Amino acid sequence: MEEFTTETLISWCRKLADTYQQKKDELTELDRQVGDADHGLNMARGFTAVATKVGGMEDKDLGTVFKTIAMTLISTVGGASGPLYGSLFLQAAVKANGKNTLNTAGLYDALNAGVQNVMARGKAVKGDKTMVDALLPAMEAFDKAKDGKLTVALDEARKGAEQGAQSTVPLIAKKGRASYLGERSKDYMDPGAASTVILFDTLYQTVIDN
Amino acid sequence: MKKFINNPEQVVVESMKGLELAHPELLKAYYSPNYMVRSDAPVAGKVGVVSGGGSGHEPMHCGYIGHGMLDAACPGEVFTSPTPDQIYDAAKKVDGGAGILLIVKNYTGDVLNFDMAAELLKADGIEVEQVIIDDDVAVQDSLYTAGRRGVGATVLAEKIVGAAAGAGMKLKELAELCRKVNSNARSMGVALTSCTVPAVGKPSFDLPDDEYELGIGIHGEPGRQRLKMEPADKIVERMIEPVIEDLPYQSGDEILLFVNGMGGTPILELYILYRKAYEIAIERGLTVSRNLVGTYMTSLDMAGASITLLKLDEQLRNFWDAPVKTAALRWGM
Repeated sequence: MEEFTTETLISWCRKLADTYQQKKDELTELDRQVGDADHGLNMARGFTAVATKVGGMEDKDLGTVFKTIAMTLISTVGGASGPLYGSLFLQAAVKANGKNTLNTAGLYDALNAGVQNVMARGKAVKGDKTMVDALLPAMEAFDKAKDGKLTVALDEARKGAEQGAQSTVPLIAKKGRASYLGERSKDYMDPGAASTVILFDTLYQTVIDN
Repeated sequence: MKKFINNPEQVVVESMKGLELAHPELLKAYYSPNYMVRSDAPVAGKVGVVSGGGSGHEPMHCGYIGHGMLDAACPGEVFTSPTPDQIYDAAKKVDGGAGILLIVKNYTGDVLNFDMAAELLKADGIEVEQVIIDDDVAVQDSLYTAGRRGVGATVLAEKIVGAAAGAGMKLKELAELCRKVNSNARSMGVALTSCTVPAVGKPSFDLPDDEYELGIGIHGEPGRQRLKMEPADKIVERMIEPVIEDLPYQSGDEILLFVNGMGGTPILELYILYRKAYEIAIERGLTVSRNLVGTYMTSLDMAGASITLLKLDEQLRNFWDAPVKTAALRWGM
């Protein structure tokens, strides 16, 4: 399959719910080091709610499903991640409004608009040790491959996210709760960047499995 | 971990139910989304004063709902900010037609969620003002951090602003008053132990028996400096000196001195801290005309304390003294 459909989006949500449940403790442990030990719990709670909400929406357009994901994350995740991940899907919904399928470039446009929206709301830039450090490299890698096959482009995107997340390890946090630690925020991967890697890994897996 | 818990997922809701059963004359609870409001809300013609934040800081904020303080509060999950739909619904419920003041502690999550709620309320034509509380001197206020955290000054701001709203102060002036409280207040906290988030089941950070953490926030996030355990008086010196230097509080200033327990420290010890803090304040030429000592803003089961100084003038003192009737703060009525 080379098109991203409503069914793919819903499968992605189900896989995200499962994966965040499995990785809940791992993410929370990272957040225990530099934050307040709730990131894994919040993401698992949020995407479990999302999977329930979007179940049965196969006949809806992508915009409607993206918007449902956004509103559910905003109302169930809490913390900073709720509004931030919510902003990502909300802007993707605007781009995908009325569409039932997206090709590789179309999915890039939707997600990229979402990432720009995350940056506008959170006011973080590259190097601040936040999810932006994984989101931006993912989109840069996706951009270079957006004229080809969806699976190839998403493989590039997830590698970009992974490299970006690794790059946060030596950084000093400048945004979010980890910034209170100053120098002590070094040597840990940013939990938001880590949850972004899961987002892109799972997207790639979903498309491969379909 | 030994805690009075039935189900870690239900701690917030079960605690809200208990609070409502204990104080039905003061407040009323709503669920999905979760929030609590004054039992007589909305009060016609009065600005609705709304706050909220992660749970785990009780009695803040729900314990401050009632006459002369908050109209509504939105408890998030433990240490997780409330979501925009909670804040929006709570504000709608207490909107008496004179606008809504949102009192927000400066944490990235709280600020983002309250921002989104404010946008939703404004879209409905409701006048909204937001005031960010950021009194924690342990955090450097610079472009390179999320800014100072909101801690002890939140309780003082909610009391003073709640009294002013009850006296009929308009929204813009009320927001100014709240900013004045924030800019006159400074705080510093220490932890002797970490705290345990119920759903996590283990301490948020590791702190050896012979060490304490200076400059902690209220979410079990580590502080800035770890020191070997010392006598109480020495710890008070390390807490209060940076607070006094920061504003700075100067000889001749009148202050409110607030010593707060973080949830796991006995009142016995809090008065030992207050005694030394009072002595230092007097040595510096400050007049301690009002005080608050007790457990008012907690970090779950953390053993620890915070010290907040608020510079007073006649206006702030009068609103502080005004009658208040909430679950956790009550005088004059």
